[in-house]
Amino acid sequence: MKYYLSALLLITAQMTSADPYAGMSPEEKGLAIANAADERTNGFIDSSANMRMILTNKYGQSSERELRVRAMEVANDGDKSMTIFDTPADVKGTALLTFSHKVKDDDQWLYLPAVKRVKRMSSSNKSGPFMGSEFSFEDMGSQEVEKYTWKYLRDETIADKDAYVLERVPVNKRSGYTRQILWTYKNELYPIKIDFYDRKKSLLKTLTFNDYKQYKNKFWRAHDMNMVNHQTGKKTQLLWSDISYENDFKDSDFTKNSLKRLR
Amino acid sequence: MRYGVLLALLLALTPAASAEIRGYFALESRSYLENADYGQDNQQNSFVFEPEYYFEGESSLFTAQLFVREDSMDDERSHADIRELSWLYYSDDWELRLGISKVFWGVAESQHLVDIINQTDAVENVDGEDKLGQPMINLTLIRDWGNVDLFVLPYFRERTFTGVDGRFRAPLSIDDTLTSYASSEEERHIDTAIRWSSTLGDWDIGIGHFSGTSREPRFLLSPQNPQPVLAPHYTTIDQTSLDVQATIDSWLWKLELISNSGFDVDRYTAAVFGFEYSFYDIAESGIDIGWILEYQFDDRKEDYAGLPQLDTVVIGSRIAWNDEQSTELLIGAGINEIDNIFWNIEASRRIGDSWKLALEARIISGIDDSQLFESPLFSVRNDSFVQLNLAYYF
Repeated sequence: MKYYLSALLLITAQMTSADPYAGMSPEEKGLAIANAADERTNGFIDSSANMRMILTNKYGQSSERELRVRAMEVANDGDKSMTIFDTPADVKGTALLTFSHKVKDDDQWLYLPAVKRVKRMSSSNKSGPFMGSEFSFEDMGSQEVEKYTWKYLRDETIADKDAYVLERVPVNKRSGYTRQILWTYKNELYPIKIDFYDRKKSLLKTLTFNDYKQYKNKFWRAHDMNMVNHQTGKKTQLLWSDISYENDFKDSDFTKNSLKRLR
Repeated sequence: MRYGVLLALLLALTPAASAEIRGYFALESRSYLENADYGQDNQQNSFVFEPEYYFEGESSLFTAQLFVREDSMDDERSHADIRELSWLYYSDDWELRLGISKVFWGVAESQHLVDIINQTDAVENVDGEDKLGQPMINLTLIRDWGNVDLFVLPYFRERTFTGVDGRFRAPLSIDDTLTSYASSEEERHIDTAIRWSSTLGDWDIGIGHFSGTSREPRFLLSPQNPQPVLAPHYTTIDQTSLDVQATIDSWLWKLELISNSGFDVDRYTAAVFGFEYSFYDIAESGIDIGWILEYQFDDRKEDYAGLPQLDTVVIGSRIAWNDEQSTELLIGAGINEIDNIFWNIEASRRIGDSWKLALEARIISGIDDSQLFESPLFSVRNDSFVQLNLAYYF
């Protein structure tokens, strides 16, 4: 009995250690890992979450923003999403509708409640700050595999777990980054840390992902994301709560008309 | 006191689970830079309160929004209005809105030509962006080929006008007790409107038609003692409109076009068109600078109010610091065919989490005394002002 069990363990160990990326170039391996990680995020149908954004300047003074984010999966394209701003009070009721795309620029509409006006926005602002935070529009946007060229760098062990270290270079020429270095666990394939390098190729920011929980036995979500700007000493923390899936959202919940009735 | 009762009613409705009150209080101080033609003051202070209450039900939304201003200078500018008192029902392919509400049509920045559903609350500001609540039945049909909005507007709201003690007034005073209409049904004439709007790739397009009482009055001279007054007269019009925005890369290309006719006005055409181009995150500073260029065209010699109608070029720049306090600045200048310049400066910055400070300046320049009959801005040539507004949002 004991003999069979250890044989079984041995076989399992051999199966998991078999490298599915054997014989690939670093570029092929990087892309394959990115695709495998992306596969784990597919099939979510729709999701809803609350976000608290804590902005801290180099003197340690902080301010907060509260947002709600609703997203819906679109087959063979980026997602549709709705971001509703709750605080600061003067932007309350402002809402942003985004149809993200894998390669071409996203479509975006902003609702301004004071004048009851829906404005179509240019989405070519990639590197500018989102709501005065250390997150740029491209950091907040949907993370499609196609938005980068990938390269596997090396293996590392982080907190006693095996991890891949990947390099990704943004395809869009308006990106604020020359490259990003991304650490991801081999098993769960979710990101642990990203280093961002600016246009002058120096280290600009580091994003760390903490407090992961799994939803629907599939989707890993970090509830605490911390972006530190090494050049300015400012940081922004995103705290996620009330994450839910399969809210029965419909296409009609992601339209210019629905922007006007969000509260 | 009369506002107090409304507020108490509003508060009584609060404690439901999916209900909320929000809004702002503001103190506003305006300093006029030159002496007025008719002895009006140079300093205008006011207090504004605009609470909004909403209640969210299953597929429905009830909204109430009140607006109150107390003004130190002009009794006509001290006013209250129900901006919103509406019930909305929505489903996947249609929406129905009943009650008092506000609807915006259009894409341009310097002028809102096609925006016709709501009456302008003209005592509020000279930019025409403040609107009075409009009673309406609005059915929206949501289809793959676009949305169709149908409006029945059962009651007409008269435009508000600056009083004799206020700035931005005409040489003669306007007496709205003498208001008349081309239609025998007067303010109870039922106006109707229809609009199709859709997004086709980079293009957002709207085509609309309005049939009813003109939001803009003409003025009839009414002999009174000791001097004549102006009596607003509202004609009945048909206005067809087109608004288009193409959003391509960092360019926003914009066009608003109207064709307007009525039984006592000749058909006329007016348009505003131009672009906004933005440079984002300049030199990795996070700052955005946008450039706006718009051209305002009108084929009439005189507008409804009898003022000379001149084409105007508007050049503007919008700067957003994208900092924690959302600091923003907009500077624009409208230059007409006879080189009158209307400067517009708007700046704002959040203070703490709940306060916002806004600076606004409207400077009218380049008008000489010989342009009495030539310049549409002649009667307001001395009304340049700088204004500070401090608002508390809740």
